[in-house]
Amino acid sequence: MNRNSMITPLTQNITPNREPPDLKQYAQAGGYQGLQRAIKTLTPQEVLQEVKESNLRGRGGAGFPTGKKWSFVPMGDDAPRPKYLVANADEMEPGTFKDRLLMEGDPHQLLEGMILASYAIQAEVAYIFLRAEYRLAAQRLKKAIAEAYEMNYLGKNLLGSAFSLELHLHTSAGRYICGEETALLNALEGKRAIPRAKPPYPQVSGLWGQPTVVNNVETLCNVPHIIARGAAWYQNLSRSEDGGTKFYGASGRVKHPGAWELPMGTPIREILEEHAGGMKDGFQLRGLLPGGASTDFLTEEHLDVPMDYDSVQSAGSRLGTGTMIILDDRTCPVGMLCNLEHFFAQESCGWCTPCRDGLPWVEKILLGIEQGQGQPEDLDYLTMHTRLLGPGHTFCAHAPGAMEPLQSALKYFRADFEQHIHHQRCPFK
Amino acid sequence: MLSAEEIKAIDAERSHYPTAQAVGIEAMKIVQHHRGWISDESLREIADHLGLSVESLDGAATFYNLIFRRPVGKHVILICDSVSCWIMGYEQLREQLQKELKIGLGETTQDGRFTLLPSCCLGACERAPVMIVDEDLHGDLDSEKIGEILADYE
Ligand SMILES: Cc1cc2nc3c(=O)[nH]c(=O)nc-3n(C[C@H](O)[C@H](O)[C@H](O)COP(=O)(O)O)c2cc1C
Ligand code: SF4
Repeated sequence: MNRNSMITPLTQNITPNREPPDLKQYAQAGGYQGLQRAIKTLTPQEVLQEVKESNLRGRGGAGFPTGKKWSFVPMGDDAPRPKYLVANADEMEPGTFKDRLLMEGDPHQLLEGMILASYAIQAEVAYIFLRAEYRLAAQRLKKAIAEAYEMNYLGKNLLGSAFSLELHLHTSAGRYICGEETALLNALEGKRAIPRAKPPYPQVSGLWGQPTVVNNVETLCNVPHIIARGAAWYQNLSRSEDGGTKFYGASGRVKHPGAWELPMGTPIREILEEHAGGMKDGFQLRGLLPGGASTDFLTEEHLDVPMDYDSVQSAGSRLGTGTMIILDDRTCPVGMLCNLEHFFAQESCGWCTPCRDGLPWVEKILLGIEQGQGQPEDLDYLTMHTRLLGPGHTFCAHAPGAMEPLQSALKYFRADFEQHIHHQRCPFK
Repeated sequence: MLSAEEIKAIDAERSHYPTAQAVGIEAMKIVQHHRGWISDESLREIADHLGLSVESLDGAATFYNLIFRRPVGKHVILICDSVSCWIMGYEQLREQLQKELKIGLGETTQDGRFTLLPSCCLGACERAPVMIVDEDLHGDLDSEKIGEILADYE
């Protein structure tokens, strides 16, 4: 079923395999109206208030309320200057590809969101922190930035106002940890991307010690629509408490892997069956990671869970990035865990011992089990690690994120682990 | 010595940041674009130009996946080894690539044409399995496509 009445602000201008709208086309479709409205008629405080009321929560994984995040930035004449806004376009979470589609498909939407966010916190400089592999996105963003400067949507005295903003594209050199917001600040400063201690929070002391807001690409893309059409309208797009639509995706053995903008709170079953087309012929669903590699598995019993922050949390996982990875019945869960933990072990920044030493250990145990050398006590060691690398034991959320798929796999796929150990081989091979 | 073109590109970036250190990674990427990799000599030249210490620049260089501190082939293949690609058949593709190119991961072919590197999630999971050759993303890969793609890169 295709809901014709469905409102899809984020993707309305996106046609796959086509050039994105240039500035003129974007404006003709209603773009930059939010910016015009804000710069000409709203104070920064009013822009912030509208975003607060919209109930927009960050789409980068943690779901922190966006308006609230902005409200921690010091304002007024005494505030330290310059202030910075950063779009987090690192997107290296395995299974996640939504921000790429947004940047490639409608780069001006991201720019308008960034300008509005910068206006709300009165930032002078904004950066897009883009992963290096997104070459098409880089090319399209560069063109859009040049167009926006030409129209004075960027630069000095924006649209004749007292507000000025410089915006630069920064491309990374590749490391998953760069997506963590404080590590990202170090990466932007040209250092090793090692997370920083909090507090102080970036909103108070971020880039070069100055107030800085870091927001995910999809988060920022929502802002123009909230400002152009109001918080109430935005709230109403949703099927849950959290405002707006969400860009959901699915990969793995489904008939039509891809991404779709749907009301926040759309049930997993609807996304999988109506949009991803169900499982490929000959395959059955065994489990899914709802929002990227660092979320807990859900299974068939959770298919009616609405994909919003609180519902997925109550089901024992996290909405994360909202892009699901599907495990089918012919893929080995232990093998999948091996792949996931190899990724996390390799991408640990190495700053703290439990993560640096614990993750390779976890990977080694899993590999042993998968290759038919598992021992019964291995499951106890794995369980121990889910505790020792869990929340509160490491400097950042990388290691706890790595433990989410593991702890849930030990719960839902325990029989698979035991079979491997009992028969000293992988039953899927 | 840095070429005039390299210097121009680095200095254009320099104007986007309040410190020279922030330009270091981008400067290495610019030089790598021209020379293929970052030799000790390139590293020293960049550090000198930006007024940074060689040690701090090397500290950054060795941290990031896409700064090459060893020579690479004419074409660099990044094959995605993350979970969606793994589910969709990454391992067979890797084996096929290794067999056709007669190299292991991280190695360069005898004729210097290709370097094969594993990469974390390339962010194209809806087209898994995928790989990037130089600047181009290739998706929905299967054994037939691999041969055709390799033939396209002289
Ligand atoms: C290891 C790690 C990697 C992360 N990678 C990303 C990323 O690639 N993109 C992103 O937007 N957020 C990422 N995050 C979350 C960010 O730290 C941060 O919460 C987010 O950018 C905030 O934006 P939001 O409030 O708009 O969601 C990551 C977090 C961790 C712990
Ligand atoms: S938890 Fe891992 S990634 Fe995070 S700071 Fe520690 S070592 Fe680095």
